[in-house]
Amino acid sequence: MKLKALLALAAGLALAGVAYAAEGDVKHPEPQKWSWEGAFGKFDRQQLQRGYQVYKEVCAACHAMHLVSFRNLSQPGGPEFSEAQMKAIAASFQVPAIDDKGEVIQRAGIPADRFPSPFPNETAARAANNNAYPVDLSVIVKARHDGANYIYALLTGYADTPSEFQLLPGLNYNPYFPGKQIAMPAPLVSDGQVTWPEGNPPATKEQMARDVVAFLAWTAEPKLEERKLMGVQVMIFLLGLSVLLYFAYKRLWRDVDH
Amino acid sequence: MDNANVTRRDFLYVASAGASAVGAALALWPFIDQMNPAADTLALKEVEFDLSPIVAGQIVTIEWQKKPVFVRRRTPEEIKAAEETPMADLKDPQTDKDRVQKPEWLILVATCTHLGCVPSKEMKGEFGGWLCPCHGSHYDTSGRIRKGPAPKNLAVPPYQFLSDTKVLIGAAPQSGGAAPAQHHG
Amino acid sequence: MAHGPSTYKPTNAFTRWLDSRLPIIRFLDDTMMQFPTPKNLNYWFTFGGILMIMLVVQIISGIVLAMHYVPHETLAFDSVERIMRDVNYGWLIRYIHSNGASFFFIAVYLHIFRGLYYGSYKAPREVLWLLGIVIYLLMMATGFLGYTLPWGQMSFWGATVITNFFSAIPFVGEAITQWLWGSFAVDNSTLQRFFSLHYLLPFVIAGVVILHIWALHVPGNNNPLGIDVKGPADTVPFHPYYTTKDGFAIAVFLLFFCYFVFFNPNFLGHADNYIPANRLVTPAHIVPEWYYLPLYAVLRSVPDKLFGVILMFGAIFVWALLPWLDTSRVRSNKFRPIMRQLFWILMFVIFILGYLGAQTADDSNLVFFGIELPIGKLLLAQIFTIYYFLHFLVITPLVGLLETPHPVPESISKAVLAKKGAASAASA
Repeated sequence: MKLKALLALAAGLALAGVAYAAEGDVKHPEPQKWSWEGAFGKFDRQQLQRGYQVYKEVCAACHAMHLVSFRNLSQPGGPEFSEAQMKAIAASFQVPAIDDKGEVIQRAGIPADRFPSPFPNETAARAANNNAYPVDLSVIVKARHDGANYIYALLTGYADTPSEFQLLPGLNYNPYFPGKQIAMPAPLVSDGQVTWPEGNPPATKEQMARDVVAFLAWTAEPKLEERKLMGVQVMIFLLGLSVLLYFAYKRLWRDVDH
Repeated sequence: MDNANVTRRDFLYVASAGASAVGAALALWPFIDQMNPAADTLALKEVEFDLSPIVAGQIVTIEWQKKPVFVRRRTPEEIKAAEETPMADLKDPQTDKDRVQKPEWLILVATCTHLGCVPSKEMKGEFGGWLCPCHGSHYDTSGRIRKGPAPKNLAVPPYQFLSDTKVLIGAAPQSGGAAPAQHHG
Repeated sequence: MAHGPSTYKPTNAFTRWLDSRLPIIRFLDDTMMQFPTPKNLNYWFTFGGILMIMLVVQIISGIVLAMHYVPHETLAFDSVERIMRDVNYGWLIRYIHSNGASFFFIAVYLHIFRGLYYGSYKAPREVLWLLGIVIYLLMMATGFLGYTLPWGQMSFWGATVITNFFSAIPFVGEAITQWLWGSFAVDNSTLQRFFSLHYLLPFVIAGVVILHIWALHVPGNNNPLGIDVKGPADTVPFHPYYTTKDGFAIAVFLLFFCYFVFFNPNFLGHADNYIPANRLVTPAHIVPEWYYLPLYAVLRSVPDKLFGVILMFGAIFVWALLPWLDTSRVRSNKFRPIMRQLFWILMFVIFILGYLGAQTADDSNLVFFGIELPIGKLLLAQIFTIYYFLHFLVITPLVGLLETPHPVPESISKAVLAKKGAASAASA
């Protein structure tokens, strides 16, 4: 009876998750292997650095990332750029500021600045993008069901429009997007679109997609490594405590008929 | 019940009670540490400031790290008064040279070392510097405490001159500059 | 309290002095240390202690989050993300609080179902049971208010749907919803009042919990046999016997809890709530948090707005009638062969209602593990809703009258000895 109840509870939780996934006839993303999965998962620093470069050179033209600061790029558990590299990245961006006379100006970024948005507001962003709003990418991996797999599938899933499919003007066919048509044109169009430093794998479309997804997984959950490390320690402690308390309990009750 | 049993029982109880207490104590730390300044608050914040509009004798207040900072362009008389003050007259002895990079420019954290009020730039006090309106601490033209309850001189923030007319407050001074921010003891 | 005179003896001058002025140590000793507790309580009876811990965890983590959270429509979402990114251990405290809500509800459901199974609601514990229902309703309200605060898409649309329940009230519904919102729709004013109430209600819960425990200490604990305590041979002092047992159960419960906090912190949430609230677009698939799902299915099973809302609240209200609907002389389902089966059927019905509550809002056929069943989701929800109410309003009173319970043991100690005897006879 006890087992039955526990099973029911477990099934309930699992099914709730399954139910959220069911949505129309869009293609479900294929599961990929990611380095940060599992109890001991970690980000791959080199991959995050490559992914950052893809973000900067491909995505940042339209997509903001307003929750992320330049200083985050060198903090532990992320791409871990050196302090000097991070400062150089910050300085390469122009951020809005107000000068001594009250005029709105652009100045070079500093570590404490957040990534500047490519458009001043949503209206401007829509006006420049055929009325589609390029979403902020800061937490995008957490803001989509099965986020990492989905975004990878979306980035690599652009295909020729099937003849029977009615594509609306200005949209692009992508079987992974709800409705199968998306305003964003394929962002990764050719191998070697991004040039990585020596010692990195070739910049194929798939590799660029994987790396930028990894980078976005980190921006969505920058404390992931700290969380998992602490989690392992906490679980070990609680396991030990449970065992101790179990034997204390058994010992104490040994002399009681119950 | 034999002795071995008693010992094992005691050990189990003490160990489980002890482990529970240690766990609770460790779990407490995040709930305490969360009140410390957050990463974005701690993030390096520097303020660039244009000195050119300030005329001799003028004091300007700007904000750095959520605190007011005085930038004062001193007159030759004020510099002279500051430099010639005998150490024996000072509660917190420090030469004027140790407190400025360029004698003309006095840059101070505008927080009274008594209880944190901002000393008034209008009421200059008995020593021509500042008078704190809260409890009457008098500072001289080097921002040193001369009279009243405050124990220490006004602090000098880290800063560096980017040019003759631009100063970056919050940045460590370039080597070779005058004595830095490590404020006095 | 009801169990004989106090046995507390002050040991030093200070405690003697205090005891004659404010006998608080005596009170705590009587109620939390010496309190005679049936010695046959099983693990299902540990959830009371677990719930106390979860209430404390939620209140402490919530107070801490409120130090950083900003209840304003333009700042709320980003302030939560600042907690996740910049506040020291903010990610930990926020994940404790968000998963803590779910685990609080897991514990409270098991606590309630345990009470159902062992007849803990029956005389003389009706007031204890009713106070428990009040706590559950307050928890539901607090959970809902809290879910609004991150101001994501699910927050916003959840708040919109739930507040619209009140628009079902004839004549004054519209006025009441506007009063709740402080605007023409869910708005900044709504967010700010929800934050205020979300901070207030847990302390109301704590107050009702004190009454709940008071009401427990007058008749004393029920137990798996559902029979009254006959004398000292049936009980053990709460401390150290149940403090240790509850401590073990709490540690195991925290183990499950910490798995979710550290390794799967967003599993029980919904991805859409990481999209900032947008009053112009409703997410394609809007579902409440899992702990509301069975009630949500009841609501949706009725095509009439007012009746749906009434039925949903009625699904909880029938619990309040249960002490008087249950006509059986016996408390525990251990001795009720028919009711025991019906209990598990009820669990199954609630589970399926929860499953249906998570489905999309259309009347297509149910697809269960990839197999399309020849029955519409709406019809299924209606059948299960009807059964749910039948169980409480018709089946429970009838079965109580018609069923012949197994013989009930004379006392807890006799039952224990009989079980021991049987076990040793079997092993001999």
